[in-house]
Amino acid sequence: MSEEPLFDPSLKKRKKKTVAFSEDPLGADADPTTPAPVEIENVTANGDAVDMGPTTMHEQMKQNGITGEGLDDGEKKEDDDFKAMFGDLKKKKKKKDIPLDLEAEGSGTASPVGVAASEDLDFSDLKKKKKKSSKKAALDLEAFEKELNESKTKDADEDEGGEETQLPELDEAELGDDPFARGGEGVSLDSGNEPWLKSDRDYTYEELLHRFYGQLHASNPALLTSAGKRYTIAPPQIMREGNKKTIFANVSDICKRMHRQPEHVIQYMFAEMGTTGSVDGSGRLVIKGRFQQKQIEHVLRRYIVEYVTCKTCKSPDTLLSKENRIFFMSCESCGSRRSVNTIKTGFQAQVGRRSKNKTG
Amino acid sequence: MSVQNLNTFDPFADEGDPLGSTQDVGSQANYIHIRIQQRNGRKTLTTLQGLPKEYDLKKLLKAFKKEFACNGTLVEDEEAGQVIQLQGDQRLKISTFLVQEGIPKSTIKVHGF
Repeated sequence: MSEEPLFDPSLKKRKKKTVAFSEDPLGADADPTTPAPVEIENVTANGDAVDMGPTTMHEQMKQNGITGEGLDDGEKKEDDDFKAMFGDLKKKKKKKDIPLDLEAEGSGTASPVGVAASEDLDFSDLKKKKKKSSKKAALDLEAFEKELNESKTKDADEDEGGEETQLPELDEAELGDDPFARGGEGVSLDSGNEPWLKSDRDYTYEELLHRFYGQLHASNPALLTSAGKRYTIAPPQIMREGNKKTIFANVSDICKRMHRQPEHVIQYMFAEMGTTGSVDGSGRLVIKGRFQQKQIEHVLRRYIVEYVTCKTCKSPDTLLSKENRIFFMSCESCGSRRSVNTIKTGFQAQVGRRSKNKTG
Repeated sequence: MSVQNLNTFDPFADEGDPLGSTQDVGSQANYIHIRIQQRNGRKTLTTLQGLPKEYDLKKLLKAFKKEFACNGTLVEDEEAGQVIQLQGDQRLKISTFLVQEGIPKSTIKVHGF
């Protein structure tokens, strides 16, 4: 017992080389002597996700970087590649006559060559077909042959009918169930280019949401980058008093930072840790039992998630007020108001000698 | 001046303190609480409280004791009812056990440090 000065139920396990606490915010190997700042983030130091409530669409988009763009980025790049590859070919084709074209197609080994060469000069159409072809890069020979034939006929058509685009039957069928084929762009930031404009189908909620956030972020670019304002509080200062007591020195400081009554915080901590204690003359909290800094920090973290951060907007700028025996938390930044759980000490088992316990 | 139709029911009538009589204000009664308590030295106790009535706590305790290789007991409490009490820190084991037995994870609250 003397070589284990600090109480930690995970220590026993660590000897067996297992993970101590999966929800441990500092990780098993964190040095408890070095104070780590308590930061309220979604992910703790060892990468575990902390449940901060459901993520909003806004946050999801923040994580994904720029909205919508991520979705069809790859395709756009591919398109650009194709443009670069076949840009001159396309121009050439305009002047050249059909036989030469066919020659080029015949010699082309990769299927995109065939598609591109057969392309009529409408750019949007080109995009569509390219997307399709790039999607099925491993085109089987039969389909390729078919396409070749079609392109031949189409080229002929084109010469006669000028710019008239005639999509082959096959293509139409295939494009039908391709969500990106219709509007050409999929989900995009610029308005007037929504996929549902060019088709009969109704817009989906998801698309509208993307559109909304796309426009929101386009007009307010600061929204995506202003994530840097993090909520930090000082790490708890833990000392030992004797063998069985722990002193939490800066509890009032932390409570002030959280804008909470120290009594409330202390009550929560005692209920959560299943112990008792008192506040000494200099405002320090004396806790019965041995606790490490990271353990206290973990409890504080949960307190913050439950009683400080707004469940709607995650802002820590909230007020806790008691009305009719119920605590209400009202958010200063978004104005939401909700009741929070009362702190309840659960069943306390009989620990220690019964003679010490006055009631028992 | 009274219109009969309009004052049959007054939704704002004073019914006393609506929350006064009920015990579960801000109720956590539906949750299954798993707590830890320190004993002397490195020893701990784990308590499991608030299991639904349909579970036979005695059999559950037996299963726990066998599964986690620890001792335990069933404690009667005026407030909490029957509480399973196990030796050692069995919180995570209990919660995974209960989840495996089909109790939704959202109803289980693991307390402690």
